[in-house]
Amino acid sequence: MSDSQTAPAPLLTAQDFKSDIKPIWCPGCGDYSVLTALAKACAELARPRARIALISGIGCSSRLPAYTNVYGFHGVHGRALALATGVKLARPDLTVIAAGGDGDGLSIGGNHFLHACRRNVDMTYILMDNQVYGMTKGQASPTTAPDWCEGKLTPTGTGIAPVAPLQLALAAGVGFFARGFAGNPNELARLIVAGITHPGFAVIHVLSPCVTFRAEQRGWKQAVHGFDGAPATDPATAMARFAGDDGFTTGILYASATPPFMPERQMTMTAADFDRGFIV
Amino acid sequence: MDIAHMNMDGTEIARRDARAGAETVSLAIIGSGGAGAMRAGEILLDVAAKAGFFGLMCRAMGPQIRGGEAAALLRLATAPVSSPDDHFDLLVALDWENFSRFAAELPLAAGSLVLTDPDEGEVPAAISESGARVAALAMKKLARTVPGGRVNVIALAAAATLIGLPVPLVGEVLARQLGRKGDAVLAASAAALALGEEVAAALPPARRLAPPPAAAGARWVISGNQATGLGALKAGIGFVAAYPITPATEVLEWMAPALAKTGGLLVQAEDELAAINMVIGASFAGTPSLTATSGPGLALMSEALGLAVASETPLVVVDVMRGGPSTGIPTKSEQSDLDIAVHGLHGDAPHLVLAPNGIGDCLFTTQWAVALAERLQTPAIVLSDQALGQSRAVIAPPPSPPALPGRLLATAAEADHYQRYAVTASGISPMAVPGMAGTTYVADGLEHTPRGIPSAQASDHHTQLAKRARKLEAFDYGAAWADIEGEDGDEIALLTWGSATGPAREAVRRARREGLMVRLISLRLLLPARPAALAAALAGVRRLLVVEQSHGRQFHKFLRANYDLPAEVAVLSRPGPLPIRPAEILARLVPWE
Ligand SMILES: Cc1ncc(C[n+]2csc(CCOP(=O)(O)OP(=O)(O)O)c2C)c(N)n1
Ligand code: SF4
Repeated sequence: MSDSQTAPAPLLTAQDFKSDIKPIWCPGCGDYSVLTALAKACAELARPRARIALISGIGCSSRLPAYTNVYGFHGVHGRALALATGVKLARPDLTVIAAGGDGDGLSIGGNHFLHACRRNVDMTYILMDNQVYGMTKGQASPTTAPDWCEGKLTPTGTGIAPVAPLQLALAAGVGFFARGFAGNPNELARLIVAGITHPGFAVIHVLSPCVTFRAEQRGWKQAVHGFDGAPATDPATAMARFAGDDGFTTGILYASATPPFMPERQMTMTAADFDRGFIV
Repeated sequence: MDIAHMNMDGTEIARRDARAGAETVSLAIIGSGGAGAMRAGEILLDVAAKAGFFGLMCRAMGPQIRGGEAAALLRLATAPVSSPDDHFDLLVALDWENFSRFAAELPLAAGSLVLTDPDEGEVPAAISESGARVAALAMKKLARTVPGGRVNVIALAAAATLIGLPVPLVGEVLARQLGRKGDAVLAASAAALALGEEVAAALPPARRLAPPPAAAGARWVISGNQATGLGALKAGIGFVAAYPITPATEVLEWMAPALAKTGGLLVQAEDELAAINMVIGASFAGTPSLTATSGPGLALMSEALGLAVASETPLVVVDVMRGGPSTGIPTKSEQSDLDIAVHGLHGDAPHLVLAPNGIGDCLFTTQWAVALAERLQTPAIVLSDQALGQSRAVIAPPPSPPALPGRLLATAAEADHYQRYAVTASGISPMAVPGMAGTTYVADGLEHTPRGIPSAQASDHHTQLAKRARKLEAFDYGAAWADIEGEDGDEIALLTWGSATGPAREAVRRARREGLMVRLISLRLLLPARPAALAAALAGVRRLLVVEQSHGRQFHKFLRANYDLPAEVAVLSRPGPLPIRPAEILARLVPWE
């Protein structure tokens, strides 16, 4: 078996990280730019394709792995973070990235999001937020505003407050949080690189418009504004700083030095050695 | 009551056994939580093992976290035993609190002897009505006469004396366990033991064990849940993710430190959904992986099991079954998850289902399940249960399953034109693992082309469904698919699975000893079904008795759906939590004589 780390790796371009499969996404969908930014980030990091694992759940955004040239797993709805955790804990040598939508990550997979934040396994989560369920054709998601009335299951709006991913992640003990915008793939690539380089669990919250069910999100271009300050390093400061945040502040918003979770492994015994303990 | 009620027949039997010695003696030690009944039982099993006997100890517990009722249910014997006996020869009651909750689990016979502490109140009516002899032993008062003396140590010494286990050996085992607690504690336990032995001499006789076999050979003391963990470890499991649940937790408790010492890892996940998906991820990354749970957890895992089937990711789920549905009876056994294990996945999802049929077999079957899952790139469900998992036994060292080649891996020759789901004759496609260059692919639960590209086309669906079914159907499982005992000419057979095999095995042996030739067939491999193999095993059989522990006859229905059965079929099917006893099975066989 040839191993891409032992052979001198030829320098790969962003294009080399994309597959030849045509995405199913609608023209203009923000997810195209996320794919572009991710490919660019991988090329920049110059990691061998075979050493990257991209894990997703179900949704338009979760289709991402098929469109890349790295190892991937397109699993079931909501479980990307759990599956990615298994990959990373079993193979600490791999660069592990999880990706998916706001429904996938914050609704059906919400519990895994909390625990991924507090577990702090060294992997990066690209949360592609369009405030709607795209794949199932336009229902409200956990990040949808309460008065959005276009969803057929909630014709008078959801009437419940949306989840704020930054505050939720901070409360759960996340180590790194950045927010990017699909309309700015170069900045997004930079944020993904920072997330992958961060030792521990890194959330890259991407505002990724759904042009089909939330056409008004084309206006996000005007709404986003960058945060250039040094990221807060403790949750209390971050909470206070972004208490009144409009959800459109992009940049690295939080980066702590919490050590990642990776239990020690020892090789002091073999399975056969355990027989002894049972012999009369 | 302080004068022992004597049953003359029982005394006669006990006297006879006390002289000649019996091949097997069953005793129960009961008490409210904290009285130390379970502890005393464990020590007796260890003592019997050291003395050269075989044995089995089941646990009857209530739902309380601490306290509540507890009973150690032991059967000691001169040869290996596969199940509890029909009744208990000796019942030692440290107290009668909560007795009514498990009275049904303590069948007594006319020859049985019951030891009661007169200071713990009246003997319950159920005991008096059983016809068993009752003898008074003031355990609590006696314990108080020894500084630091404990009630359960008095009981331990009395029980050991009555059934013929050497009390000095009890002292040795106790001393080893108390070792670090200091001389005062050791002296107290030695004095309590001596007192217990002394007072036992004045008690009516109980059934006594014959001397142990001269050469018992190597023996192990192990619980089913430990054997499951050891089997997994021997099979090369390197990653476990799980969520605690009774009665599976001991599998995890045993594996956590063992994995840490063998280069592996156990993660406590946030729930079963996470556990099974972590396991899929770790296996995708190249590490043989497993999770252990019980029925409610298996239900939560079923969507992801479909993913493992479709993405062809090997893994093992051990379900240590308990009474269901819903939270059911968490601390007690039942074979009622067969339906969900066989049929619980959505879509057409061929997978493996196996079941250990004894405590030692938990090792064999789990190890085999991991090897099969790895070889066939599919999930395997292993159906153990509380009766196997939480019971400890003194057994001959368990055998190992047949060795199998491991996961079929992709090679460098396939680089750049790799097809993860290549359609092969065997149905098994070489699997690339992250890190291998030139073979990147996306594992997918969406139906896919041989390359792994999502496809909704009929031809791809049909081809991949057939491939996933073929790899399980075409595989040669060898002789381990079932345990078969008996001769060619047998016209009666007993067909069973899992923990019901224990009493069935004993019933068949008793029947054969009495000249009723009965064949035993216990299925270890439940899915895929092996119709040709079972037809051969049933050759010449005219009458079949199916034995299982479920209310809905799940096993019988499973058999009818998958197999041709003989003309005359009877079913002994009863829900938990009471174990099926050998005599019950025998009673169903005798009319066929
Ligand atoms: C268990 C389960 N329930 C429901 C679905 C249907 N489903 C597929 S994608 C999806 C929501 C997708 O929304 P989101 O995660 O926000 O991703 P998007 O499509 O917007 O990118 C739902 C409900 C499913 N696939 N599996
Ligand atoms: S439905 Fe929305 S999220 Fe899905 S592909 Fe179309 S634009 Fe993108």
